[in-house]
Amino acid sequence: MPSWIAVVILIALALLFTIGSFVGTMALKPRRKDPVKGEAYESGMPPIGDTRGRHNVRFYIVAMLFLIFDVELAFLYPWVVLYSNLDEQLFLFIEALVFIGILGVGYVYAWRKGALDWKN
Amino acid sequence: MDGWEWLIVAIKCVVILLIFLGAPLILVLVERWTLGRLQSRIGPNRVGWSGTLQTAADGLKLGIKEDLIPRGADKLVFWFGPVFLVVPALAAWAIVPVGPKVGLGRDIGLWAVDLNVGILFFLAMGSLGVYGVVMSGWSSNSKYAHFGALRASAQVISYELIMGLAVLAVILYAGSLSLIDIVEQQRGLWFIVPQFVGFLLFVIAGVAETNRVPFDLPEAESEIVAGFHVEYSGMRFAMFFIAEYANIILISAIITTLYLGGWLGWTIPGMEGLTGIVWFALKTVAFIAMFLLLRAALPRLRYDQLMSFCWKFLMPIGIINVLLAAGLRMAWS
Amino acid sequence: MSVETGTASMFGDIEQVSENQMVLNMGPQHPSTHGVMRLLIEVDGETVTKCTPDVGYLHRGVEKLIETHDYRGGITLTDRMDYTAGPSNNMGYLMAIEKLMGMDDEIPLRAKLLRTAVAELSRLASHHIWIGTHALDIGAMSAFLWSLREREKILYLFEQACGARLTTSFMRVGGTGPHDVPESWVENVDAFLDSYTLDELNSLLTGNEIFQSRTRGVGVIPAEQALSYGLTGPSLRGSGVDWDLRKARPYAAYDMIDFEIPVFPEGDVYARYLVRLNEMYQATRIVRQCMEHLRDLPADAPSNADRPDLVPPDVGRVPFDMEAMINHFKLVMHGVQPPVGEAYFGIEGPKGELGYYFVSDGSGMPYRCHVRSPSFVNLGVMEDAAVGGLIADTVALIGSIDIVLGEVDR
Repeated sequence: MPSWIAVVILIALALLFTIGSFVGTMALKPRRKDPVKGEAYESGMPPIGDTRGRHNVRFYIVAMLFLIFDVELAFLYPWVVLYSNLDEQLFLFIEALVFIGILGVGYVYAWRKGALDWKN
Repeated sequence: MDGWEWLIVAIKCVVILLIFLGAPLILVLVERWTLGRLQSRIGPNRVGWSGTLQTAADGLKLGIKEDLIPRGADKLVFWFGPVFLVVPALAAWAIVPVGPKVGLGRDIGLWAVDLNVGILFFLAMGSLGVYGVVMSGWSSNSKYAHFGALRASAQVISYELIMGLAVLAVILYAGSLSLIDIVEQQRGLWFIVPQFVGFLLFVIAGVAETNRVPFDLPEAESEIVAGFHVEYSGMRFAMFFIAEYANIILISAIITTLYLGGWLGWTIPGMEGLTGIVWFALKTVAFIAMFLLLRAALPRLRYDQLMSFCWKFLMPIGIINVLLAAGLRMAWS
Repeated sequence: MSVETGTASMFGDIEQVSENQMVLNMGPQHPSTHGVMRLLIEVDGETVTKCTPDVGYLHRGVEKLIETHDYRGGITLTDRMDYTAGPSNNMGYLMAIEKLMGMDDEIPLRAKLLRTAVAELSRLASHHIWIGTHALDIGAMSAFLWSLREREKILYLFEQACGARLTTSFMRVGGTGPHDVPESWVENVDAFLDSYTLDELNSLLTGNEIFQSRTRGVGVIPAEQALSYGLTGPSLRGSGVDWDLRKARPYAAYDMIDFEIPVFPEGDVYARYLVRLNEMYQATRIVRQCMEHLRDLPADAPSNADRPDLVPPDVGRVPFDMEAMINHFKLVMHGVQPPVGEAYFGIEGPKGELGYYFVSDGSGMPYRCHVRSPSFVNLGVMEDAAVGGLIADTVALIGSIDIVLGEVDR
């Protein structure tokens, strides 16, 4: 696929630019180690505890919901392209209605279960 | 591909890179001036002629600042976080058509590449961008950065769905994923007319994707200080800036392409290429201005409101919008 | 400096939180704590489960310093407590001393009117800082700068009245001090009131959908809770309790002025916002009436009580007049000497009841001075009101109870 060449070139340029500017400015930068400077910012106080603990399950729920709906979207893209180019539109339309309807049931279920509420 | 085509593609890519690096410099300056005027203050007016070199000076300053890596940070991820933000932001520019095909000896399209999955590629790059944010926020081992990363990931992926739904309806009308085809399909009627709801959805999602006011929660300075990039300094901090503003320009360009007919407009015969670029730039600048004015006017949403706005309000509208567009399309043909 | 991941011993058990929770330092170096305040919050996700305010980062020992100055010397120290409303602080301080001296009925009308006008102007100035920072906390950037622009006009009036913008030390025991306001001041205030507008801020915030959704039903303080925490001022009236010292125990010239006390019963951030916004309108009304009364006074109306033991003589007379010289010498050397006793006087400051308590042993310096600062007392409610909200709600709550750390820590 020769057309992707431009994308590859752009990615290469971006990598070159970012990493190049990180490395290239290294010589210009002062480097004075200091234990206080190395502290993570927490409003000027020594941090309490560790950051990487367990998280509220909400964040995982949103990730799962995203997965479900994103896959739905991914399935709909071929449908949409076919839909505007084919003649059997009625059949395709009903097909999509069924597909989205099933997801809609899940969506309503998630809503009723409170998965879409952020404040509990 | 012969040598000439290679050269042309290379030139296009370099031009994109230059615009990518230069436009944020100008945009940051213009934003600071605009905000200054709107807030009864002056804005930058010292460096260069009336402050025109301010952002360049800021960039230089960041270049000679110490790069701090907090203790306890995941050094490798911390180092590469900004890279993952900049790379997709730049790569997505490959598919943006800024003008029609022009004949300079041979036919040259004013775009880097006409991908047959164009708009999907844009969405994909948008999702990749969030990796940079999450990597930077998570690796910092700072709680504020951590919250910023969590907020960013949940927000960006949620609004990406809305964006995808809005795009679906556009493709229904255009019948193609290629951005060039989408623009060409708008010769009769810009898609903003039949797809006004979709247009609004896309603009809202676009503001949310770029983390701008009123959706700037991942970097809400009054709550979580600066969010995911609170620990960054020097050149790596500059990368966040470049990526944010480049994304604003990118989103504006995509809105223009999808809904406002891209480069289409009145043309002077024989100068289609030039007028096309001018039209494209004008429309894009209008949306960039919208981003700036939003920042001056609006407060920030709260996190749960942002999420329920997306999942409970925009989501059903987006789905109904697609089905409605499909129904209308069927009735029309 | 120690950089261990330890913390002050008063929070010794803080690390034993449940596994889902995270302890977050908010402040002292945080943009939204309105100074150097520290909130230790425990969060579950982003929901606050516990909030502990930790104050003292701006402690300068003002009360103790006042005890080492003579009574008049303490005036300049009070400016530095609630630095957003200097004249209000001066006023409470002086009225407490005047009560201690048992001379509160000797203050001439002109001084009362000027005090009232300047106190209300300082209420406006304070509320401008509040509305600006509150809006900034919620993310509205322009409101902050627009608000401070209006505030500049008020500070300019202070400067005309006494030469200082922020730390005015405008009043003195027994009146307005040796330097009355310039003759043109009344006209300038009128001109200011004519040009002054809150419409811009109003249009930017009050009806804004996002602003409302950020503030309505957030940080609710029920009336009983507000009373039990001793809340005063707009924070109390936002919970529906109609209590304002200007009406309840009128002082200075408030009994001759027609104004209303806005009260909103919801108790949320938005109600407190509305209370303060309406107070700003009322403040302009009060100032306007004060100016009218001032204009009605004869031109030679005194602005200081006729008490040589309190009010220094005209400086111009001192080198030429034996009596004035002795008077000046006595005042400078011994200061104001109230009788043995104690007195408390509270005024309705911009942030709530601003009270001063003095114990006098008969000497020129207070034996004990205590300030009941509204910010400090109001801050206590954070502990309860923040729980159950998100981090963003905590920020909105801090803004809505309007604290100034100079006053909290003193």
